[in-house]
Amino acid sequence: MDNPTFILDRRKFLKLTGGGLVVAFVLSDLLSFGGETLSQESTALPPGEVGAWIHIGEDGLVSVYTGKVEFGQNIRTSLSQIVAEELRAPISSITMIMGDTDLVPYDAGTFGSRTTPQMGTQLRKAAATAREALIEMAAKSWNTPASGLSAENGMIVNGATHQKIGYGALTKGRQILHTISDGVPVIPAKDWIVAGQTISKVDGRSFITGKHAYVSDMKVSGMLYGKVLRSPSYHAKLVSADVSKAKDLPGVTVVRDGDFIGVVASDVVTAGKALQFIEANWQEETGQPSTATIFDYLVKNAALEDAERSSGDKKGDVEAGVTGADFQHSQTYHINYIAHVPLEPRAALAEWTDGKLTVWTGTQRPFGVQDDLSRIFKLGKEKVRVIVPDTGSGYGGKHSGEAAIEAARLAKIARKPVKIVWTREEEFTWAYFRPGGVIEVAAGVKKDGTITSWKFTNYNSGNAGLDTQYKTANKQLSHLPSKTPLRQGSYRALAATGNVFARESHMTDLARLIKMDPLEFRLKNLEDDRFKAVLQAASRAFGWDKPKAPGHGYGIAGGFEKGGHIATCAEVQVNEDKEVKLLRVTQAFECGAIVNPHHLENQMMGAIIQGIGGALFERIDFAAGKILNSSLSAYRVPRFSDVPKIEVVLINREDLPSSGAGEAGIIGIAPAIRNAILDATGMALTTLPMIPNGTLG
Amino acid sequence: MVLNVNGIKHEISADPDVALLTVLRDRLDLTGSKYGCGVGACCACTVLINGNPTHSCITRIGTVAGKEITTIEGLEKNGKLHAVQEAFLTTDAFQCSYCAPGMIMSAVALLNNNPSPSEEAIVRAMNGNVCRCGTYPYIVQAIKLASKSSK
Repeated sequence: MDNPTFILDRRKFLKLTGGGLVVAFVLSDLLSFGGETLSQESTALPPGEVGAWIHIGEDGLVSVYTGKVEFGQNIRTSLSQIVAEELRAPISSITMIMGDTDLVPYDAGTFGSRTTPQMGTQLRKAAATAREALIEMAAKSWNTPASGLSAENGMIVNGATHQKIGYGALTKGRQILHTISDGVPVIPAKDWIVAGQTISKVDGRSFITGKHAYVSDMKVSGMLYGKVLRSPSYHAKLVSADVSKAKDLPGVTVVRDGDFIGVVASDVVTAGKALQFIEANWQEETGQPSTATIFDYLVKNAALEDAERSSGDKKGDVEAGVTGADFQHSQTYHINYIAHVPLEPRAALAEWTDGKLTVWTGTQRPFGVQDDLSRIFKLGKEKVRVIVPDTGSGYGGKHSGEAAIEAARLAKIARKPVKIVWTREEEFTWAYFRPGGVIEVAAGVKKDGTITSWKFTNYNSGNAGLDTQYKTANKQLSHLPSKTPLRQGSYRALAATGNVFARESHMTDLARLIKMDPLEFRLKNLEDDRFKAVLQAASRAFGWDKPKAPGHGYGIAGGFEKGGHIATCAEVQVNEDKEVKLLRVTQAFECGAIVNPHHLENQMMGAIIQGIGGALFERIDFAAGKILNSSLSAYRVPRFSDVPKIEVVLINREDLPSSGAGEAGIIGIAPAIRNAILDATGMALTTLPMIPNGTLG
Repeated sequence: MVLNVNGIKHEISADPDVALLTVLRDRLDLTGSKYGCGVGACCACTVLINGNPTHSCITRIGTVAGKEITTIEGLEKNGKLHAVQEAFLTTDAFQCSYCAPGMIMSAVALLNNNPSPSEEAIVRAMNGNVCRCGTYPYIVQAIKLASKSSK
């Protein structure tokens, strides 16, 4: 426990100790809870560190401190529900303090659908520990056995005497520090009263009145507006720059540091003008790949790395498996780069006060950005505070802190607080993308539906969802990292968006080869009961066996990622002009015990609709180091008119721990649509997006 | 020039070419209207000009002087939310909600013109508004609810 992070966290904690309180320190031995094996990548909390704490004030108000951030997943609501449930306190008494590095314990970040299974589990145990401690305290003070007492609605109640005492009164004038006990009894999901219910977004009113201040809305006294000079293309080198005209503008400061040139002014219009007045000469890099050449480029550049080729799982002998097959089927799938397009672009407000840097910014990794700032400005971590107000979405696209670093650089020189809000064009160009990739699948199948071999190779886009989730005696899986011409990073469900597309497309192709129903073929080859259950639930609600009109097609796909089990059915209509209309989607989802049914349904709805974009038309177009569709009038995102009839079927497994739901919901839609188009037309599409120009090719 | 925003007249000295959104947010501290794209393609910045839904990000202030400008902050009257805001709350349409002010303003304009829109009319009127979280079905539901409740 004597590691620096813990000491830092302890210091933070002591700052909070005002009046009487009960605090539960959460230890990471909880990570084993939930029956999940955590891979190194998904472990958001290094062992031996504090994850969250709960503070009960003398007024009975409960404060929960966590490093997780709210980006629209509605975890401010769901985590409040979890704490209210275990603490037996009204949800209105609970405040979540999130993503403020000065106040909350270390957290690696909000990603990987980890909030519910990890933070949710920790907070459950912490709140349960607090509840038990309060009962003990009341028992002592009333000199009665704890077994006769219960916690109800923010009070400890003696069942026999009807004596009651509020949590605040109980802790008054005392200072108690509890570590959580791993064996503390938590309330089983079947007995939940507050958790498990649909509860509206806890602070919904501040959003529909426009009062909530996103970072881009913030203003502090004396604040200046900053802009950064961007190069005309990737990897361009600054040869020379004349900033004299910009400097002459009233109130403008130009900051120059190597290739970095920024300006600040008292209003954003002047800052923009100053930027235009800078005369810069750039040497651009030639020979960069484009949308037209990207797939060859990715394969070529991966092929050079022979050492990587052997990586990945192997079972049996895929070559022998092919020999034993009645049919063989090989296909190459192409996945284009796409953009997250969070509606609030990157924004940061930086302020230096007495050598301490405070930055408000919308990042999924507040402590990661604190690390970056501390390294860049050579400051101790206690001198850097990162605060993340509830942010206008991210979808995996805001792991980084570019705007934070830029604003801090400008604010340091300007000696005034500086705000930077990226333009949409900057967000499209200088953030990062969901990686493009090439996926080769070769499989063999017997007439009876046995999959004899499965060879799956992903170039560049990643290994999430790489493995097949169907039975096969012989398989070989590889992910070959490549050289990417565009900056790439996390996305909702990561590379599973492409890998599951390839896998589920290929599965339906195999079923058609042996003339077996694609649902039956999947069920025959499945061992995972939860996957089977969602396939059955989705197909039943969809009416998979019902006849379809001429020109219509049905498609099915599914899988499990990050604790979420999903199956998606889609119906399309293709007319004589080869226009494809997505008519309806049915999606079944299961992620253990449901914490908030409406918000879970909302996540599914959102994932399906966002997934329609990547499936049908979203694509980043680029050439010569430039993004060619860097605006919302050129890059098409799903709109109201793109939404089909959607039915979401939620399976509530109260007997299983709650998992995350932000990501897995997106993986089924693209292959389900693709398989439906195949069913309607016989055309087997292999590239995402499938219909960038509106009609089948 | 004088900008009449939410019933209050503001004397503004600025270049008439400056975007209304910039003046609302930076000068008048009305930050409910959002920047999303800067080219009138997402409607996060929607305000009403004489009752018509307008992209404030591409509207120059010189063109709206003296006209009646309504922003999301102007919907609430004496502590009472507008029926569309109430419907958004009831429907709990939210994820990140960055689009919500623009959605609500577009919906208010729609219902002012057509108090009982069909689903097709809602989709047509709202199609410029982007919700990247994909909460569209709930927004349609909220607009239908607001339409019913204002009768």
